[in-house]
Amino acid sequence: MKPAPFAYHAPRSLADAVRLLTELGDDAKVLAGGQSLVAAMNFRLARPAALVDINRIASLDFVNSEGGTLRIGALARHARFERPLVEGVLGGLLPYVARHIAHLPIRSRGTFAGSLAHADPASEWCLVARTLDAEIVLTGPKAERRVPAADYFQGVFTTALRSDEIVSEIRIPLPGAGWHGGFAEFSRRAGDFALAMCLALIRIEGGRIAEAKIGIGGGADRPLRIAAAERALVGQAPDAAAFAAAADIAAREIDPMSDIHADADYRRDLVGAMTRRALAHALRA
Amino acid sequence: MTWVGRSLKRFEDAPLLTGRARFMADAAIGARAVRFVRSPIAAGRIARIDIPDGVSAVTGADLIGVKPFRPRLNRSDFTPIEQPILPTDRVRFVGEPVVAVIAETPEAAEDAVDSVAVRFEPTPAVTDFVSALKADAPRVHDHAPANTVVDAKIRPPAVEAAFATAAHTVAIAIRSGRQSAFPLETRGARADYDPATGRTTLTVSTQMPHIVRTGLADVLGMREDDLRVVAPAVGGGFGQKMCPTPEYVVLIWLARRLKGSFAWIEDRHENLMASFHSRDQAHTVKGAFAADGKLLAIDVDLLCNIGAYSCFPVTHGVEPLMAMAEFPGPYDFPAYAARARAITTNTCPMAPYRGVSRPAITLAMERLMDTAAAKLGLDPVAIRRRNLVATFPYTSATGIKYDAGAYREALEIAAEKVDLPGFRARQMAARAEGRYLGIGFATFNERTGYGTPAFAPRMMDVTLGYETVEVAMDPSGFVEARIGASPHGQGLATTLAQIIADELGVAPDTIRVIHGDTDRTPYGWGTFASRGIVIVGGACKIAAAKLAVRLRAVAATLLQTEAGKVELADGRAALAGGPASIPIAELARAAYHQAHQFKDQPDIGLSARATYDPDGTYSNACHVAIVEVDVETGGVRLERFLAVEDAGRLVNPTIVDGQVRGGIVQGIANALFEEILYDQAGNILTTSLMDYAVPTAAEIPPIEIHHLETITDASITGAKGVGEGGAIGAPAAVINAVADAVESLGVAVYEMPIAPQRLRALIRAATGKKR
Ligand SMILES: Cc1cc2nc3c(=O)[nH]c(=O)nc-3n(C[C@H](O)[C@H](O)[C@H](O)COP(=O)(O)OP(=O)(O)OC[C@H]3O[C@@H](n4cnc5c(N)ncnc54)[C@H](O)[C@@H]3O)c2cc1C
Repeated sequence: MKPAPFAYHAPRSLADAVRLLTELGDDAKVLAGGQSLVAAMNFRLARPAALVDINRIASLDFVNSEGGTLRIGALARHARFERPLVEGVLGGLLPYVARHIAHLPIRSRGTFAGSLAHADPASEWCLVARTLDAEIVLTGPKAERRVPAADYFQGVFTTALRSDEIVSEIRIPLPGAGWHGGFAEFSRRAGDFALAMCLALIRIEGGRIAEAKIGIGGGADRPLRIAAAERALVGQAPDAAAFAAAADIAAREIDPMSDIHADADYRRDLVGAMTRRALAHALRA
Repeated sequence: MTWVGRSLKRFEDAPLLTGRARFMADAAIGARAVRFVRSPIAAGRIARIDIPDGVSAVTGADLIGVKPFRPRLNRSDFTPIEQPILPTDRVRFVGEPVVAVIAETPEAAEDAVDSVAVRFEPTPAVTDFVSALKADAPRVHDHAPANTVVDAKIRPPAVEAAFATAAHTVAIAIRSGRQSAFPLETRGARADYDPATGRTTLTVSTQMPHIVRTGLADVLGMREDDLRVVAPAVGGGFGQKMCPTPEYVVLIWLARRLKGSFAWIEDRHENLMASFHSRDQAHTVKGAFAADGKLLAIDVDLLCNIGAYSCFPVTHGVEPLMAMAEFPGPYDFPAYAARARAITTNTCPMAPYRGVSRPAITLAMERLMDTAAAKLGLDPVAIRRRNLVATFPYTSATGIKYDAGAYREALEIAAEKVDLPGFRARQMAARAEGRYLGIGFATFNERTGYGTPAFAPRMMDVTLGYETVEVAMDPSGFVEARIGASPHGQGLATTLAQIIADELGVAPDTIRVIHGDTDRTPYGWGTFASRGIVIVGGACKIAAAKLAVRLRAVAATLLQTEAGKVELADGRAALAGGPASIPIAELARAAYHQAHQFKDQPDIGLSARATYDPDGTYSNACHVAIVEVDVETGGVRLERFLAVEDAGRLVNPTIVDGQVRGGIVQGIANALFEEILYDQAGNILTTSLMDYAVPTAAEIPPIEIHHLETITDASITGAKGVGEGGAIGAPAAVINAVADAVESLGVAVYEMPIAPQRLRALIRAATGKKR
């Protein structure tokens, strides 16, 4: 439970950090909140030769919304989202989601960007990014890349991020008027990673669902949108029957992971239940 | 005014809460760090060990003359098994220590462990009952066919007759998953060699310093007096810290060999992988019932997976033999047959854990009761009412005497408090909304505070039981009580002081309880088996009463009266009915410094010693859980938990409540959350807190406790043991409640923990909903 030896760097600017990553090569890792990385190092599952600590780069510590986009800097901690940051549907929804992440001490250090870099399939923020079509800004030695969430997540702990790049910012387009959002997850204990979760957004027009976004986390190897469920919802009245039908589709469509807490059949059951609950929550919220 | 019965604040708490208590890792500072290379395979041969230059390490081949652990019972149905300190040829479970490395810091020791290369040649492993019991199963120990190392049987002829004529036979199969005692503080120790005396001190996080010393000195071939064992503040043990283990042997060996100081602090990963497990049992139970629900006979087959090795001094017989002897529990029935087996497998060894087998046998008995009740159309209270022992003393089907308790009262009070008819109405209404509520009762009794008379029939090489206490007043009037037992969180420094204070007429805060040091305390056993307050408390009462006699004699001389007329109270010795009195502290001065005045006394000074070795006394309780099952997810929410319990006299009600609550939380964990899992190859899958689901405060409902106080003369203080009951009753109450909640779906629940995935699988199978 003690890490293997490593070198430590604490640059003051994003440019210095990227330069260090380039120089140090594959064996260097970015240290943000440390809530996943340090645990993995203590278990010696991760043995980076060097850490590039970005916590002193003041320019990365921001959250703001401009022109219909929520912009999240690399040092925004989970706890920052526990209070409403924006108007509209995300105003209540993000704090509700944030409170499902780990425990308070972990939320006080862990970062939104760190969650996206780590890409745990059951990360709430990864689900948020995927469902809301976020853009992930990656700063590397040459240029900045903006990768849509749909392309960014590639598998368990696997993303489009390169070893010489830093997730410098996340941009989330803010849903407009008429959107309703709901979230549901199931975990064994308060603070545990969810065994399955759903973030559901529906836009209601004239008593019918006009648009839908159904995101599933913890079910498969990465956060997913269930297009078939979204299609099935459009045109329907937002009622229990429509939600149940969408939930069945989500459960069927998912290619479930299996672990000691949840085998594949159980995950399917959970994905179905969470989808229905998230939709019901969207209607209430 | 008496001190017993008052909720005094614990004397232990100030240093614990302000971070001043010294735990094992504090005590390890300054010693060289030791860490173990552990087997990554469940079974196999050690082909080759490569230790790089510059790394200090010890292997089994170095430990010349060190004997293996070989705990034994002297009975023909017991097969002893040996545990090498560091194996030289074969490994038998994932996590078994193979090489010890030494470094200047814990970090460097981990690096050194990484650099040691051991080549293993895996052989087939057995991890579960089914594969271990096969005739051609690989043998964990060559001399144990079918891996069976205890096979005990009782089968009186009356059993068959009872089953032949019974109106109903109910048969169930119970599975109790493997659990870790999971103390907050992991294991650890430090050994220091003293070149001046040639002695070695082992500071170790233990519940039993004296027996740990005996066990370690034996395998090391040392004189016991060359070894001093000291327990610092111990952050929980629950049984996991009873037994001496190979790691401690290696530390002492190193300290003596290299004449220095060596420490090992276990990390959580090691603790879950290689510190004793418990509770891995499977029971097949048959009950014969009369038409009115009266239990007539039980026939039970008990299988206990004891892991790869035994545990000193209680041995691997502890779980099966406890299960067999105590299975009848609180119920009155005449005919009982049992077979109890210990099965050795390629998994971490088993040791006692709070409750020892009784959480599992209570689950079995209480599921049997509810299953029978459903079959006979009785409610859970009615069937228990019909079968609970009502007249005392009672002799159980296994010949154990039960002193008086409040078995039926506990049940009736619990039933009234939860308003069973009211609950049923609420349950029906909820079901109409698609919500599934359930209620579960568990009634049980628990043998506590038992000494050598109870252990002797087990035929142990080491028969545990008595406790000895020395109580001494110093010239300033302060009292030291030196106890052989060693508390690890139970608050004995407070409760024993309350008992002694009442005998001596002094305030409890003038009494210091000395424990956890073999140099300072009389030989004794320790804190386990719900025995501290009964046996150590009893010995304190006897010793303090003896000391009070001495104080009265001194006072009589000074007050020029007869000893019989002296009363000790409120810190003074007073002449009964008169104004003359002397502070007790002055008696102490006189006894030591004016000894010439007390020539008639048998001894100079003020001290007394007593041993207490009782037969044991039965506590009892009724636990009730109310749950809501989320049938879509298999999640269980505890809505309410109630315990009505009788542990005799409450020496300190707050401490009793703490013991009950802590036990119940571990019982809830047992029922719903915690389980150690292995795969078929014997790899352990649950070595972090992500995988081993210890519940948090958020999962635990408020726990309501109601006390009854049946005082019997089986305990000299009137107190009965209270350490384990919470953990014994809670699992059965919770599982019965879950079973009640989903019964209408045709789901039957006979296993614990009933993790959401498992419960959901049962519901899915029963309701047949396929996607
Ligand atoms: C007990 C516990 C429970 C938890 N439960 C949850 C939960 O329920 N839901 C959940 O989502 N998370 C949970 N977490 C994880 C937590 O949210 C982490 O904080 C998060 O996953 C990582 O963020 P971090 O800032 O701590 O990153 P770090 O741990 O510092 O880094 C994680 C990884 O990302 C890389 N990295 C970090 N930031 C950047 C960056 N800006 N650019 C490039 N690479 C970067 C690091 O190099 C490393 O590989 C839990 C953690 C613990 C310990």
